[in-house]
Amino acid sequence: MHLKYLCRMEYIVRFIAGGLVVSLFAVLGDVLRPKSFAGLFGAAPSVALTTLGLAYWKHGGDYVSLEARSMQIGALSLGFYSFVVVQLLMRRQWSAASATGVALSVWLALALGLKQMLLE
Amino acid sequence: MVRFQLSGLKEGRWYEYVVRFALGGASTVLAGVIADAFGPETGGLFLAFPAIFCASASLIEKHERQRKRDKGLQGEVRGRQAAALDADGAGWGSVGLLTFAVAVYFSATGLPFFAVAAIAIFSWAAVVALMWLLRRHLRMRWTRKVRMGT
Repeated sequence: MHLKYLCRMEYIVRFIAGGLVVSLFAVLGDVLRPKSFAGLFGAAPSVALTTLGLAYWKHGGDYVSLEARSMQIGALSLGFYSFVVVQLLMRRQWSAASATGVALSVWLALALGLKQMLLE
Repeated sequence: MVRFQLSGLKEGRWYEYVVRFALGGASTVLAGVIADAFGPETGGLFLAFPAIFCASASLIEKHERQRKRDKGLQGEVRGRQAAALDADGAGWGSVGLLTFAVAVYFSATGLPFFAVAAIAIFSWAAVVALMWLLRRHLRMRWTRKVRMGT
């Protein structure tokens, strides 16, 4: 009972902290000009900052270091994901929702594939 | 020059901030659940999961389309171009995210978290600024080349 309560509390804290940090970066992206600079905030480490902070508090530095190692693969996949989204939008003329949604499968396949190749 | 423009906040609606907050919270919970279930190696991948990007690109497309429609134009192409520009920016920004991850990887084992976060954020900001300058330089060079060719 007590353990269940703690787990639920942890997820609530995660949700609120994650939401706040993501919103802060989003507001920064909205007020920064030129827009081409603000666009770089599309890959801001907002979720990472919150998650790694909570992981450090719960598990310590070694665990965080392991997460950061895999995050490097996630970031590489994000670069390729962005390239695919641009191609779908400009060459195939898809809508933003379709292009970004379908390209998520590319991100997932690449991230898991690279992790399998490089870390296991 | 990079500057702050508070009027940028007026372009968004209140519910868009609610959506971003909810998506940010959900992504953070998801990353935690995956790390708990499959370990930090798999969980770490999802720290660069582009869930929030999907929402922001759609919002940008919607805003640009609306702006053109207010002027009596269709705005489909302009909306797509704006979303593509944002995706291109995220691609360049992913180098900053990679730098952030590398900084955390090397500093997390020996330092308190506030120091780790400060090093990682400063590294990210420096690389992002550098990427923006590089991108601008390449774009200007390309534009000059096209003009000279025509």
